[in-house]
Amino acid sequence: MTDAVIQPTPASATPEGGHLLEIRDLHVEFRTHEGVAKVINGVSYHLNAGETLAVLGESGSGKSVTAQAIMGILDTPPAHIRSGQILYQGRDLLTQSEEQRRQVRGKEIAMIFQDALSALNPVFPVGWQIAETLRTREGMSRADARRRAIELMDLVKIPAAERRIGDYPHQFSGGMRQRVMIAMALALNPKVLIADEPTTALDVTVQAQIMDLLADLRRDLGMAMILITHDLGVVAGVADRIAVMYAGRIVEHADVRSLYRAPAHPYTKGLLESIPRLDVRGQELATIKGLPPNLMRIPSGCPFHPRCPYVQQVCVDEVPHDLVLGDGRTSACHFAQEVRDDSAR
Amino acid sequence: MSDFETVAASENQAARRGPSGEPGTPNQVATQKPRSLAGDAWRDLRRNPIFWVSLALVLIVALMAVAPGLFTANDPKDCMLSRQNAGPSGGAIFGYGFQGCDTFSRAVYGTQASLLVGALSAVITGVIALTVGMLAGYFGGWVDAVLSRAIDIVLGIPLLLAAIVLLKRVGTDSANVRLGAVVLVLAILGWTTAARVVRSSVITAKEQDYVAAARMLGAGHGRIMLRHILPNALAPAIVVLTIALGSFIAAEATLSFLGIGLSQETISWGQDIDTGRIHMRESATPLLVPSTFLALTVLAFIMLGDAIRDAFDPKLR
Amino acid sequence: MTAPASPTKVRGETILSVDDVKKHFPITQGVLFKKHVGAVKAVDGVSFELRRGETLGIVGESGCGKSTLARLLMRLETPTSGSATLEGRDLFKSSGGELRRLRRNMQMVMQDPYTSLNPRMTVGDIIGEPFEIHSDAAPKGSRRKRVQELLDLVGLNPEHINRYPHQFSGGQRQRIGIARALALRPEVIVCDEPVSALDVSIQAQVINLLEQLQDELGLSYIFIAHDLSVVRHIADRVAVMYLGKIVEIGTEDEIYERATHPYTQALLSAVPVPDPEVRHERNIIRLTGDVPSPADPPSGCRFRTRCWKAQDICAREEPLTITRAADPHPSACHFAEVRPTAA
Repeated sequence: MTDAVIQPTPASATPEGGHLLEIRDLHVEFRTHEGVAKVINGVSYHLNAGETLAVLGESGSGKSVTAQAIMGILDTPPAHIRSGQILYQGRDLLTQSEEQRRQVRGKEIAMIFQDALSALNPVFPVGWQIAETLRTREGMSRADARRRAIELMDLVKIPAAERRIGDYPHQFSGGMRQRVMIAMALALNPKVLIADEPTTALDVTVQAQIMDLLADLRRDLGMAMILITHDLGVVAGVADRIAVMYAGRIVEHADVRSLYRAPAHPYTKGLLESIPRLDVRGQELATIKGLPPNLMRIPSGCPFHPRCPYVQQVCVDEVPHDLVLGDGRTSACHFAQEVRDDSAR
Repeated sequence: MSDFETVAASENQAARRGPSGEPGTPNQVATQKPRSLAGDAWRDLRRNPIFWVSLALVLIVALMAVAPGLFTANDPKDCMLSRQNAGPSGGAIFGYGFQGCDTFSRAVYGTQASLLVGALSAVITGVIALTVGMLAGYFGGWVDAVLSRAIDIVLGIPLLLAAIVLLKRVGTDSANVRLGAVVLVLAILGWTTAARVVRSSVITAKEQDYVAAARMLGAGHGRIMLRHILPNALAPAIVVLTIALGSFIAAEATLSFLGIGLSQETISWGQDIDTGRIHMRESATPLLVPSTFLALTVLAFIMLGDAIRDAFDPKLR
Repeated sequence: MTAPASPTKVRGETILSVDDVKKHFPITQGVLFKKHVGAVKAVDGVSFELRRGETLGIVGESGCGKSTLARLLMRLETPTSGSATLEGRDLFKSSGGELRRLRRNMQMVMQDPYTSLNPRMTVGDIIGEPFEIHSDAAPKGSRRKRVQELLDLVGLNPEHINRYPHQFSGGQRQRIGIARALALRPEVIVCDEPVSALDVSIQAQVINLLEQLQDELGLSYIFIAHDLSVVRHIADRVAVMYLGKIVEIGTEDEIYERATHPYTQALLSAVPVPDPEVRHERNIIRLTGDVPSPADPPSGCRFRTRCWKAQDICAREEPLTITRAADPHPSACHFAEVRPTAA
């Protein structure tokens, strides 16, 4: 593993074609009266049909904003997409009209959120809410939509779906509500499912149920999934590839096994070392010192440099490129190889 | 906004117990002045033209009440029937009224009574509302049940009708007694909305974790109410009272217009509007001038209250 | 700040003992004439002991009553029945001045660092408030200095004494909350989910701080959390709660390596392990269904509706939290046994 070839590549040099969804060099900022927050600073990633990509990051890393940009549900203002492309099957969503984007939303790319209670309308029965989508988007008749809604609720393993179709959101438990939301997202057979912290609000036993369900559905329906989360444990269980975000950039990108075996960015390494583990009785936890940056004043050079144990003068002066490591991974660190070799020990 | 909160990030300090001393971290903290919630609200208000316009109006009106002589040289009580409905002349920029008094001068001098009634009623209202709202919201249970029903009952009384009934019984025409009576009647009938606002913000504040924290430290009811709940319930109360001040001024004008408000001795907009109305066909200015003063003053207070409420509303930040 | 070093205070002796504590919240109907139609049994007969200098972890899913238990211990709620003694003094029967003295010995760190600090008070006022309430704790002239010492103790800049809470990040606010809890030099600190609102990279900092403070000041912690990994890291002993009861209690090893209650086993197996290599090797117990309502808990064993071992006896007879043959620690299961393939 020491024979890694390191070569700087511009961020947009990802291979052409083939990707179901590809984000290229996206820049998003939030303009508030306090100043301009640079929330996304040149994010590129891609998703192939049928795979699960995990986007990992802490609050403020830009992981959810990227997803909202893909869905076209960013509030503008304050958000402002400065540049970049979001290619779905080769077409740039950002240049499309609102009408065209509406066709993509739900039908091609669907999204589920962390808070299922606020994502469901409290005054309508859940069955009605699922059927509503089918009727307006697919032109189904009332009876057909109802039948399909029951099928969908069965699909997400809501017990006694036929009986519960008339129930209101508050009559469901947290886990069941999340299932309802998944059923709604699946209603139009999307090819991509974006799950934004789908289990964060749930208890651990329910969390396991939902992650199982998502993994099964992805496999059975042949969808591609983007899983947005801060939980390294959840990622390890389901993802094929991981993109780690920090301060609006992707700092490391790798397949899930090599990333956990030997992280090649000091931030990823720090995160993995700082979480308490169930299977290891720890001594003192390693920490990442300091705080995530204020997005209105992102540090010069590498945004992680004030917190980094590997920091050198070059990190303060120069923004690191994505270094391509031999095994198809990238790491936006001047010392990527060193970090990876350290981690592998 | 929590995603990119303005963090006073002092890396060195936060990691005191970890490895310290990293290169290239500017201490951002030293340059930042402490800011309070009120400070944030003030920064919002500063940019709001409505705030400035309404504040300017309120200040002008207040100055008019304190020193009317600055605005007009004419004596409002210097009335001569020979000048009945005469046009503008000699400082009387809006001419003279039916009694031959300077219309503008009367409106300027009338400010004092109106503002005094409004301010005094608002202060008394505030005291009643804060006390009742605080006790009802903080203690809950039967205290709340009794006080809330009291609020409902008072709220059910039509303000003007009750004011007419009560003020009719004040026999004397002494200026101070009548002014006091108007203030008391308005305050006694007008505190309910503010009390409800206080009660609900007290209930919200009471549920906060920092109140539980104070209780766990052993803080008594008095300290919790005054130190932790009152400051967080005060802002909405002040807003409601500012708006109420405007409506008290309007109510006083209505009562004086009906002839049961302030004493005949006192110059007030309400009475002038009444006089102006009777003789509207002969000349409209004696009606329009005090009406405009009244409308602008009431509007100024309501706009000011609205602007402050928007600035303090945490949902908008 | 020095550790309480009085010779009578022996590490390992019982400092807090809780006996059969219950909290039933009445469910009422009607506005004026309230009629009791039932009760939510949030905490329903909890007993445990806390020893000086140790950390007792309390884990369980939402609604299991762990936070209500914390509020009961802090006297924010009045218990329906049961007793608790803190250093020999009755925690639930005391009131007035006696209660205030007891409070000095037991403090809490709350979950949400955003709502637990009064936004209109400066950090100095927040951390200094304990001294105003207990004016004998520190003479007036020395209070500012004490507050600055406390700020330094929790790793914050003492010069920030005049700042307001919103100028700090979540992790720093949690440090302020810890400083306030430490001000009166308590011996017991109840930590109610102290890191669950924090980002991953900040959690470790706060956990380490709590551990260092425990070593330096000889504190005893009750550490309530839903995150089993965090609890394993910090706790010496662990109690597992389900629907208002402790179903299993033991040392950290006994619970994490030799759990005998099916609920504990299911809980442990469901925790995601941050290691993709074990993805397919793990033997995860999938519980079906949801936690029943605490207003109407199942008869007998409360876990039986979701348990794969349930037999008739589980519906008839409530299993007590007693030491079982499987392993020498208390477990509330008729069929307690160590899981053969511990995950």
